[in-house]
Amino acid sequence: MKHLLGTQDMSRADATLILDTTAQMAATQEREIRKLPTLRGRTVVNLFFEDSTRTRISFEAAAKRLSADVINFSAKGSSLSKGESLKDTALTLQAMGADAVVIRHWASGAADRLAHSGWMHGAVLNAGDGTHQHPTQALLDAFTMRRHLVDSPEGKGLDGLTVAIVGDVLHSRVAGSNIALLKTLGANVVVVAPPTLLPFGMASRTDISVHYTLDSALEAHDLDAIMMLRVQRERMTGGGSGFFPSPEEYTRLFGLDRARMDRMPDHAIILHPGPMNRGLEISAEAADSPRSVIVEQVSNGVAVRMAALYLLLSGEEAPSE
Amino acid sequence: MSDTAAIVIENASLYGDTTADLVIVDGRIASLDRADAPAGARTLDASGLVALPGLVDIHTHLREPGREDAETIETGSRSAAQGGFVAIHAMANTTPTADTAGVVELVASRGREVGLVDVFPVGAVTVGLEGTQLSEMGAMANSRAQVRMFSDDGKCVHDPVLMRRALEYVKTFDGVIAQHAQDPRLTEGAQMHEGLVSAELGLAGWPAVAEESIIARDVLLAGHVGSRLHVCHLSTAGSVDIIRWAKAKGIDVTAEVMPHHLLLTDESVRGYDPRFKVNPPLRTQEDVDAVRAGLADGTIDVVATDHAPHPDEDKDCEWGAAAMGMIGLETALGIVQKTMVDTGALSWRDVARVMSTTPASIGRDAEHGRPLEVGEPANITLVDPAAAWTVEPSATASRSNNSPFGGIELPGRAVATFLRGRPTYLDVSFEGAFA
Repeated sequence: MKHLLGTQDMSRADATLILDTTAQMAATQEREIRKLPTLRGRTVVNLFFEDSTRTRISFEAAAKRLSADVINFSAKGSSLSKGESLKDTALTLQAMGADAVVIRHWASGAADRLAHSGWMHGAVLNAGDGTHQHPTQALLDAFTMRRHLVDSPEGKGLDGLTVAIVGDVLHSRVAGSNIALLKTLGANVVVVAPPTLLPFGMASRTDISVHYTLDSALEAHDLDAIMMLRVQRERMTGGGSGFFPSPEEYTRLFGLDRARMDRMPDHAIILHPGPMNRGLEISAEAADSPRSVIVEQVSNGVAVRMAALYLLLSGEEAPSE
Repeated sequence: MSDTAAIVIENASLYGDTTADLVIVDGRIASLDRADAPAGARTLDASGLVALPGLVDIHTHLREPGREDAETIETGSRSAAQGGFVAIHAMANTTPTADTAGVVELVASRGREVGLVDVFPVGAVTVGLEGTQLSEMGAMANSRAQVRMFSDDGKCVHDPVLMRRALEYVKTFDGVIAQHAQDPRLTEGAQMHEGLVSAELGLAGWPAVAEESIIARDVLLAGHVGSRLHVCHLSTAGSVDIIRWAKAKGIDVTAEVMPHHLLLTDESVRGYDPRFKVNPPLRTQEDVDAVRAGLADGTIDVVATDHAPHPDEDKDCEWGAAAMGMIGLETALGIVQKTMVDTGALSWRDVARVMSTTPASIGRDAEHGRPLEVGEPANITLVDPAAAWTVEPSATASRSNNSPFGGIELPGRAVATFLRGRPTYLDVSFEGAFA
C-alpha cells in the first residue's frame, strides 16, 4: 500500500491485514507505556481543510504513539472563499519533507488528487473527502464489529454478519466507505434511508438490501450490528430543498429508540461514528445501553490509524496496493 | 505575398464527392476550372483533400474583455482558424458582460483588427446575465456589430416569463435566443452528471432532467409565441427526443451538440481530473449514442465547440474547486470525423451542413455557409481526412490548454483555412506551396 484513499478498491487481504495489525496496535495500548518507537524521525502532517477535531486528534494520537513528529496544518478555504490552493499546500509540505499527509477536505476526490497529481511524493491518508470516502472510519467500524461478533477474529472478515446502516447515506462518506468494506469482508449490508437520502441507483442494487423505514428493516433482518449515521439538522428543512419534512418525522421513522433496540437479537451491537445528535437519530437509552460500542469505536479509531500509518510508513509492504 | 493575389486550389474534393479546382479572385470563387486562372495566380495542390465551406462556430468563449489571461480575441481567432473556422460567435459572459452596444462593438471591432476569422458577438439576454431584466437587445442588433444571436450562456434564462418576453422581443430584428438549458434549482452545487458514477465518486449530481425540463418548457414557449429558439449544448438522450417532438410539431427550434458530448462519457471523471469538468457535464454512453443518432438524422442541427478556455490554476486543482469548460476549436473537426464520418453516420456534405451552412443560417451570417460555387465568397476549409494526429494540448494556438483530448488520436484535421480568399491558416506541409 502506498496510500489509503478509500475502501472501494481495497482487497480483502489488505483489509484483513490492516484489521490484524490494528489488533496488535490495540494490544500495545493496554500496556503501561503506550508509546512505540516505530516511526521515530518520520513526519506526519495533518492537513485539514475542514474542521474535525475528533478525527484530527485521533490521527495525532496515533502518530505520536508511534513516535512520529506531527505537524497540524489547518488550511481554511472553500470553493467560494479560495485560500491557498491544494497544489501550493502540497508543494509546501513536500518541501518540508512530509512522509505522510493525512488529509480532510470538503471536495470529493481531493485525497486522490493529492496522491496522483505529482505535487508531492509522501503517503496520503484520506481522513474524509467531501461526500466520497472516509476509509479509516470504515476500518475502525469493521474492527469493532469483528472484535465483538467474530470468534478468534485474527485473519477473519465479517462473513455472514448482517449490518444495517441507517440515515443520510447520500451525504455520508462514512456510509460510502462502510458499504464497500463490509461487502469486501463478506457481510450482508442493509441500508435504511428515506429515498431522498439515498445515492442515485442504490435502491436498485441487488448486492445490498434497501429499506425506506427502520421498522421494515428490523422486520426483515436479524441484525448483528446497526450503524446510526449522524443527521445534519440543516439538511432537514430550509429553502424548499429539505430532504425531509422535520426532525420529528425523521426520529419517528428512523430513530433508534428502546422499542426498536429491543427488536434486535440480544447480541446485536450499536455503532455511531459521532458526534451524536441524541434524541434525533439515536435516543439516549440506545446510545448509553450495554449494546452500544460507540465509546469503544473512538479508542479503536486510534489503533486503526496507528496500523494504517505503520503499514504505509514502516516499509513493510502489504500484499498489494 | 499579397493577400489579394489570385489563388488556385487544384484537385480538391468538394464536399468529399466532386473533384474540381477552386479559382479564387478578389476574395470570391471565380471558377471551378484552373484553366480560368489569371496569370500569376498562386497554386496549391489539394489532391486528397476535402474542401468544405469555411466552418462556422456558433458557440465560442473568447474571454476578452476581462479574462485575457485565459484567452484573447487574437489567440482565440488564431485557434479557430487553425481548427478550420472562418467565423465564430463570441459568447456574452465576459467582464464586462456583452449586454450593451458598446461591448459588442468592441468585440466585433477587435475581431476585425485581428482579421483571422469573422467574430460575431453574441449579446446577453439579460443585464449582467442576472436573469432579471432584459438587456437592450435592440441597441445591440442595430449597432455596428449587427447582433442577431442572444444568450445568457453559462447561465439559464430560467424565469419563464422573462424567457417568453425575450423570445417575443427578438422577433423585432429576426433574432434568436440561444438558451443554456439548466434548471438552477435542480443543479445547485452540481459537479458532474447524476448517475451511478457520481454516486460512487461522491460528487453532487447534475441530472439530465434539469436540462430536459427547460428545453421542454422553452420549445412550448417558442411554439406559443411563434419565435425562433436555439438550444445550446444539448447533451442528453431525453433532450434529443424533446427536440424531435418539437420539430415534428413545426416549432422553430434548432439545437447544437458539442464534440465532447459526441465522444466522452462520465466514466472519464473517475480520476477526478478537472480537465473533464464541463457544463453541461459528460453524460452516459446511452446519451452519447442518442446525440450521435440525433445529429445523424437531423434532429440536432449543428456541431458547435463551446470552446471554453481556462488558465492552469483553474484546472490544476481539486475537482470541486475547478472551473467548468474545455477548449475545442482545433479538435472539433477531427472529433466529428472520428465519431460521425468514419462511422458512416454523416457524409462530408453533411459535415458542411452541420458545421457551416446551418450554423451560419442560425446566426444570420449572410456571407458564411455559402455553397462552393462560382460567385460565392471564398470562405473555404481544406480538410485532410487521412492526416491522423495525436492531440497535444500544449501545442494549441489558444492561450489556454485545458483540453480533455490529450493523447487521443484523431483521424484528420483542417490543413488550410481561407477567409474571403486569404489564407488564415496553412498547415506546415504547405510551406513553400505558394513560392
